[in-house]
Amino acid sequence: MKYLDEFNDPVVARQLFAEIERITTRPWAIMEVCGGQTHSIIRNGIDQLLPENIELIHGPGCPVCVTPVGMIDKALDIASQPGVIFCSFGDMLRVPGTSRDLFHVKSEGGDVRVVYSPLDAVKLAEDHPDRQVVFFAIGFETTAPANAMAVHQARQRGLTNFSVLVSHVLVPPAIEAIAGSPATRVDGFLAAGHVCSVMGTWQYGPLVERHRVPIVVTGFEPLDVLDGIRRVIAQLESGTAALENAYARVVTDAGNVAAQQMVDDVFEVCDRRWRGIGEIPLSGWRLSARYGDFDAETRFDVGAIDSSESALCRSGEVLQGLIKPHECAAFGVECTPRRPLGATMVSGEGACAAYHQYRGLDVIRPTAVSGPRGDDD
Amino acid sequence: MCLAVPGRIIDVGDDRGTRMATVDFGGVRKEICLAYLPDVGIGDHVIVHVGFAISKIDEASALETLAMFDELGLLDEGLP
Repeated sequence: MKYLDEFNDPVVARQLFAEIERITTRPWAIMEVCGGQTHSIIRNGIDQLLPENIELIHGPGCPVCVTPVGMIDKALDIASQPGVIFCSFGDMLRVPGTSRDLFHVKSEGGDVRVVYSPLDAVKLAEDHPDRQVVFFAIGFETTAPANAMAVHQARQRGLTNFSVLVSHVLVPPAIEAIAGSPATRVDGFLAAGHVCSVMGTWQYGPLVERHRVPIVVTGFEPLDVLDGIRRVIAQLESGTAALENAYARVVTDAGNVAAQQMVDDVFEVCDRRWRGIGEIPLSGWRLSARYGDFDAETRFDVGAIDSSESALCRSGEVLQGLIKPHECAAFGVECTPRRPLGATMVSGEGACAAYHQYRGLDVIRPTAVSGPRGDDD
Repeated sequence: MCLAVPGRIIDVGDDRGTRMATVDFGGVRKEICLAYLPDVGIGDHVIVHVGFAISKIDEASALETLAMFDELGLLDEGLP
């Protein structure tokens, strides 16, 4: 496939590894913000092939992982109500709420459906005028234009049986929180390429200036990730801090302006709670007042729900890059992809899921030489 | 979630005023919304996320990056 094969070339990858080896003289810690990059790194063994003094810290860029448990509980409450068709991206179905997940609701007769696109949920609302269709609108800036368009289309089509449960999060405030924390170990960031394809790169210059930290906008194929790492190290070794774009075939400085305009119309910035991390000021989007009548939280009186998380799960520390997944005692024991305690073990972008899928028993029982990998029973 | 994949536009159409396309992902074809990329057409490669084309892939930039990788390789081989 064009634009995939070229950026997976193992010969060029070896050249990039050699170049990184050549320029690295000191230890550096680099955070890849996006969970998609985490999976690329672990799947391809990039972290194991880098010089030993380069540490990759996995960031919080997994929207499924950071959706707060209280919001999951609201989703479970709404999905359980009679007459509701609850639509979600597939990743969310196994994320544990306080006492159950969306699969549980489905198994008890709830009409929970996985959709590929938010527009599929709008179509369901058109096809089922007698039902209330609710879409779980989660995601970072990459997903917001699609979710915004669904709400916009529902308004255009006069649909009164469509609403959204919104839990959108934003990348720059998360980088701000990490870079500004006195406890941070991060020397440089790989920014999330697809978030920037929508938002552009202009939001990141002020972060570079404020924290004197290199930020390199990075793609997802192995060569993209290696080039991002190489560029961050080159900056760190030369004592500079700049914003660079290593994903120029997809990301422009301005981003997708039409998408930004739609998002600005449908959503507005709000404070947001991140699962495992806590509240980050101005780190999310909610429906703007203009589209407030599409808010599932007001349409369905979910009220106060007493939410709590697993006491064993350390996903908050994983999400902040403070521990690696296998350093949690529950990893691969009480917590597996089949019976996850936290969302980081569920999502296709969660760091715990990546370690379990690609490292499996190697990290759970490092002395094991061989054996089935990745299965959990 | 932010997983987005490149595909090639093979047909362009319209659904009640919204510009749509058939996009080929190495053999798998899907209907994709083009509302956010008004200027792309048949033959263009785009990055697709949850049913929406969010960015056109710039061929010149892709070639430039690959050429830069090439140069790095030559540089490395030239070292003593």
